[in-house]
Amino acid sequence: MHLRNALRAATALSLTMVGAAQAETITIATVNNGDMIRMQGYTDDFTAKTGHEVEWVTLEENVLRQRVTTDITTKGGAFDIMTIGMYETPIWGANGWLVPLDDLSAEYDVDDILPAMRNGLSHDGTLYAAPFYGESSMVMYRTDLMEKAGLEMPEAPTWDFIREAAAAMDDPANDINGICLRGKAGWGEGGAFITVTGNSFGARWFDEDWNAQFDQPEWKEALTFFVNLMNDYGPEGYATNGFNENLSLFQQGKCGMWIDATVAASFVTNPNDSTVADSVGFALAPDNGLGKRSNWLWAWALAIPAGTQKEAAAKEFIEWATSKEYIELVAANEGWANVPPGARTSLYETPEYQEVPFAKMTLDSINAADPTNPTVDPVPYVGIQFVAIPEFAGIATEVSQEFSAVYAGQQTVDEALEKAQAITNDAMEAAGYR
Amino acid sequence: MARAVTPQRKILTTLVAWIIGLLIFFPIFWTILTSFKTEAQAINDPPLFLFFDWTLENYAVVQERSDYMRFLWNSVIIAGGSTLLGVLIAVPAAWSMAFVPSRRTKDILLWMLSTKMLPAVGVLYPISLLFVEFNLLDTRIGLIVVLMLINLPIIVWMLYTYFREIPGEILEAARMDGATLKEEILYVLTPMAIPGIASTVLLNIILAWNEAFWTLNLTAAQAAPLTAFIASYSSPEGLFFAKLSAASTMAIAPILILGWFSQKQLVRGLTFGAVK
Repeated sequence: MHLRNALRAATALSLTMVGAAQAETITIATVNNGDMIRMQGYTDDFTAKTGHEVEWVTLEENVLRQRVTTDITTKGGAFDIMTIGMYETPIWGANGWLVPLDDLSAEYDVDDILPAMRNGLSHDGTLYAAPFYGESSMVMYRTDLMEKAGLEMPEAPTWDFIREAAAAMDDPANDINGICLRGKAGWGEGGAFITVTGNSFGARWFDEDWNAQFDQPEWKEALTFFVNLMNDYGPEGYATNGFNENLSLFQQGKCGMWIDATVAASFVTNPNDSTVADSVGFALAPDNGLGKRSNWLWAWALAIPAGTQKEAAAKEFIEWATSKEYIELVAANEGWANVPPGARTSLYETPEYQEVPFAKMTLDSINAADPTNPTVDPVPYVGIQFVAIPEFAGIATEVSQEFSAVYAGQQTVDEALEKAQAITNDAMEAAGYR
Repeated sequence: MARAVTPQRKILTTLVAWIIGLLIFFPIFWTILTSFKTEAQAINDPPLFLFFDWTLENYAVVQERSDYMRFLWNSVIIAGGSTLLGVLIAVPAAWSMAFVPSRRTKDILLWMLSTKMLPAVGVLYPISLLFVEFNLLDTRIGLIVVLMLINLPIIVWMLYTYFREIPGEILEAARMDGATLKEEILYVLTPMAIPGIASTVLLNIILAWNEAFWTLNLTAAQAAPLTAFIASYSSPEGLFFAKLSAASTMAIAPILILGWFSQKQLVRGLTFGAVK
């Protein structure tokens, strides 16, 4: 009897010790987006399930990129999980900087991840980051203003129609701009938008031999169209408007249309923040009749840097945060409109979610984006609003600065394209592509 | 003889000073004001000025989401520690430059300052590698050393300027009376240079408190000071200006109060030696 009790006690003690040894504190680097903040609020659920504690390091997006790049390349090991995007994941995965996520549990159901997201976050067929939420871009428009203008937004509009609608809704006397678009310098801001616009006009960053294509007529046509559209019907000073500035304008009822990230749909339809919440419609991003739409593809994803000492706990967290159960947890507490969108197929099969007004258009937009075939003419790169090579962020930031100078009226379209051509070719030559 | 100042002129200069002062203070004032608005009010156009429903909601959210005291404590230790360490090194250095200059003193001073001309990001990788090598990443001691090194040229320069105003004869007299070098610096030079040292300390605490490159790049969860606290409220996808303003107000409040109470000392120190 005594022996049995002693054995029990020893077993209990050893189990406790194993439990204690396995409980870790993981550090996660992330950005301050609404869905990430919400996730931080549910950390207790993860801790209760696994015993692991979580430390959050929330950084500004550009600082985060710089910070995690430095940390990875110097093997600093400050983070066990980092929030990265579709641009970094395949590049870092190829460099061996990330832990492959090829052994996720069966319950996690990796096949449920939307194929577009899974492809974009993989390198050579291996998943390197799990999407926390995904987005494409689409047209958000004011249904009341469209009705007043006597127009009906098609589900898949052309750029010509967008211009016509912008002209019809533009009402400077009442402080309403026909259209609001990104003009802010930065590869992820205005640079992303003009790149996808270019895609729909048949333009591309490079030909198949990595020669810059800014001297081609398609770029001139795309940039000229954009500049004219915005000069005629866009807000004052659009050269410095990015996502947040346009969100603010749209929420205050100062834009007839806004073409931007699908994730914005939940913001502009939220009556607490938006004055136009009940009169917003959605449509696919426009095309120009060439078979390519101007919508991008992006995911905020969780990845594990190679070299972390807490790989197992980090994987447990990723499985928890990007699981179906997490989505259900958020839905139960905050409603279906607030769950992280764009990551899992099953979400779009949920009847309750199908009732969310922007659900279908978000999924259609994501499905309409093909990073492996982004342009009308063939290209040697993967990526829609970016080119998945390490040099791109630097080059595109410089090029977008030249474009923003056009938007600000400081130079002409021709001057900017000439500079863009030189900047890109010089950088690609220096990097050994040409 | 002092120049006579007419009342009109006095009113005019006072007015100009007030306008400049208010202009400089306005962004801080606006940040504080925005921190009491809702997110929708924060982006309202036309901007809302004073007449809106003031709310403390943002402060409550920031308090709930972030461990403010940890960030604050890190800021106090890092800013205070780096300044203290800097002064300990700079006082003897400035003493030797001011009272026993060599032929190369001027060159050394200029060379020291030249380290400030390099953009910080230029040495991000070497410093990061050193931090990894010495296990200093995300530690307060690592940041204390780095911020001390960054501010050291300014501390030495300021102290050198103040020390030069002190007649060398007084130190000589102390030496004649048998004071050792340590006693000379500690009991004769330092008390005379207190206003200068105080303003140097204050200025460097402010510089270290606001330093936002190294404090963001070399910290993670443990040693992050208030700069990281502010940065965590900036968002690429979402409008959180009111919360960002609340975080900023909480971050600048301690240094603002310190500056407020010590402004006399600061002004005295900064103008020390200007009037003979």
